[in-house]
Amino acid sequence: MNVPAYNFAYLNEQTKRMIRRAILKAIAVPGYQAPFASREMPMPYGWGTGGVQVTASVLTPEDTLKVIDQGADDTTNAVSIRKFFVRTAGVATTGKTEEASVIQTRHRIPETPLTEDQILVFQVPIPEPLRFLEPRETETRTMHALEEYGVMHVKLYEDIAQYGEIATTYAYPARVAERYVFDPSPIPKFDNPKLDDCPALQLFGAGREKRIYAVPPYTSVRSLDFEDHPFEVQRWDQPCALCGTRESFLDEIVMDDRGTRMFVCSDTDFCARNRGER
Amino acid sequence: MYVAVKGGEQAIDAAHRLLDEERRGDRSVPSVTLEQIAGQLTLAVDRVMNEGSLYDRELAALAIKQARGDLIEAIFLIRAARTTLARFGYAEPLDTRAMRVKRRVSAAFKDIPGGQILGPTFDYTHRLLDFSLAGDYEPPEAARAPGALRSDMPRVLEMLGSEGLMEQPSQEAREPADLTQDPLDFPAGRDLRLQNLARGDEGFLLALAYSTQRGYGRTHPFAGEIRLGTVEVSFTPEELGFPIVIGAIAVTECEMINQFKGSATVKPQFTRGYGLGFGQCERKAMSMALVDRALRAGELGEERGAPAQDEEFVLSHSDNVQATGFVEHLKLPHYVDFQSELVLLRRLRAGTEAAKHRLEAAKDRPEAAE
Repeated sequence: MNVPAYNFAYLNEQTKRMIRRAILKAIAVPGYQAPFASREMPMPYGWGTGGVQVTASVLTPEDTLKVIDQGADDTTNAVSIRKFFVRTAGVATTGKTEEASVIQTRHRIPETPLTEDQILVFQVPIPEPLRFLEPRETETRTMHALEEYGVMHVKLYEDIAQYGEIATTYAYPARVAERYVFDPSPIPKFDNPKLDDCPALQLFGAGREKRIYAVPPYTSVRSLDFEDHPFEVQRWDQPCALCGTRESFLDEIVMDDRGTRMFVCSDTDFCARNRGER
Repeated sequence: MYVAVKGGEQAIDAAHRLLDEERRGDRSVPSVTLEQIAGQLTLAVDRVMNEGSLYDRELAALAIKQARGDLIEAIFLIRAARTTLARFGYAEPLDTRAMRVKRRVSAAFKDIPGGQILGPTFDYTHRLLDFSLAGDYEPPEAARAPGALRSDMPRVLEMLGSEGLMEQPSQEAREPADLTQDPLDFPAGRDLRLQNLARGDEGFLLALAYSTQRGYGRTHPFAGEIRLGTVEVSFTPEELGFPIVIGAIAVTECEMINQFKGSATVKPQFTRGYGLGFGQCERKAMSMALVDRALRAGELGEERGAPAQDEEFVLSHSDNVQATGFVEHLKLPHYVDFQSELVLLRRLRAGTEAAKHRLEAAKDRPEAAE
């Protein structure tokens, strides 16, 4: 049995060209979900195949890659994806946000502000923000074409009527460049303000659903809200127990079986830097 | 004092080494060979080739071994390997009429030209555990047909078609759609639907097909013809300009005869459902044919309400590699999203608590409640 050798970053050049075309289309129409012929990857659907294909298509041998999951570099899936690119592309990797040229992420945007020289690649499970209101692709496609976003506002309004506030805490819908309503992937709404006017190119890959979309650098991203119920992000009563910052998203750590809790930065690189550990 | 968790990398490596060990099993027992899997677990290999969408018995056997017999995992391995293969182009359409038949049955007619040929089948076996297989039992050699079978086995549906009783299969001159090259798009043509079903999960298709028989989108099916055998694959290289035979593959084909349809001006005719898969895969091919027919409801002007008739529902959920990935991804960490929900839920509960106190305080002062 002959053992095959893999191309740089796994995908063959034909496939990368196809994906790059979808990426260019996505950048040209910010927030629009460009269909692409997603390939089967050697990691399961739902584990970042879309992000991996986007990263594989934009990666060059000179790049420095950072991979995070839940804000951390050493969560199992981040480790697995980083190893995949070390093995198939041989690129340099880093945990430091400011050193990376390409950052693949699941569920967070780094706390350290991004720059024009960086690409942030999001892993997306369900790219369609209207999917849970309308399960049919044929319908949601038409709704986007007609800018028919009333149902989304009704949903947010119903939250307010029932709970007194909007009860969406992650994957919070936003409008890109005043046109398409999009799903910023399941990042906490805490991260939504970072999407807006960001100097870095933000690419979103949904492998199973075969869609790529983008927020080009310096593009407006407005989280949906109402005049009398403006968009707000989560706040914690205490600072990070490790570095003391009040500026970051905090993970809750269960310390013992008597209910003791501790709150620490979800962005491990940001926390380490605050503590002067790097 | 809490220190942020590290060591994911070592943990993963260790877990994978344990997996390798569990896969190997008892080291005093010889490791199972690919020849054994490919030669003796043939139907498992067929299923992996079908849903893995790659006709390679050796790779499928390797995938089954690597997956510890988990066929969906093996299918996934094959799909991932398939991604990296170069594409040369599309083969010519298979001519299943010229199949070298190993098995061929019709449930519509007692006898058919070319004969009913049972071939290797579980049908009519008694499902009693055969304890002789627990040892080294060698079965006697099977009897062979005295003469060669017809090489141009006529199709049962063609016989009906010549009488005008069967709708003609749709013919379109364009290249068929290919969901491995273009994302699935709705509405889907029948070509795209059939490709999706051919790669679809056998269990999912079986359940959908079963549901049509139980009234969720009835189609009144008859197994017009099921045939299993080998067919030649031809390919036209650009530089040659004419087709050459590049090999032969085993396939199972099922043609269903379904409820007739007519109108004031068109004489009633039976309609058809079609199934095709690699190797011996009768359950899959029959299920596929039933679901194919159910999905034609719109085209044939039938009312559409059952799950099996719903194109978006069927095609979007048939792929077991996608399905297992997304279901199992719930194992991945969701700390951040869960934390977001926790923060909200606690705040909402605190709000309810405060409202309750206000109500109780109001109750204690009756005049204030008015």
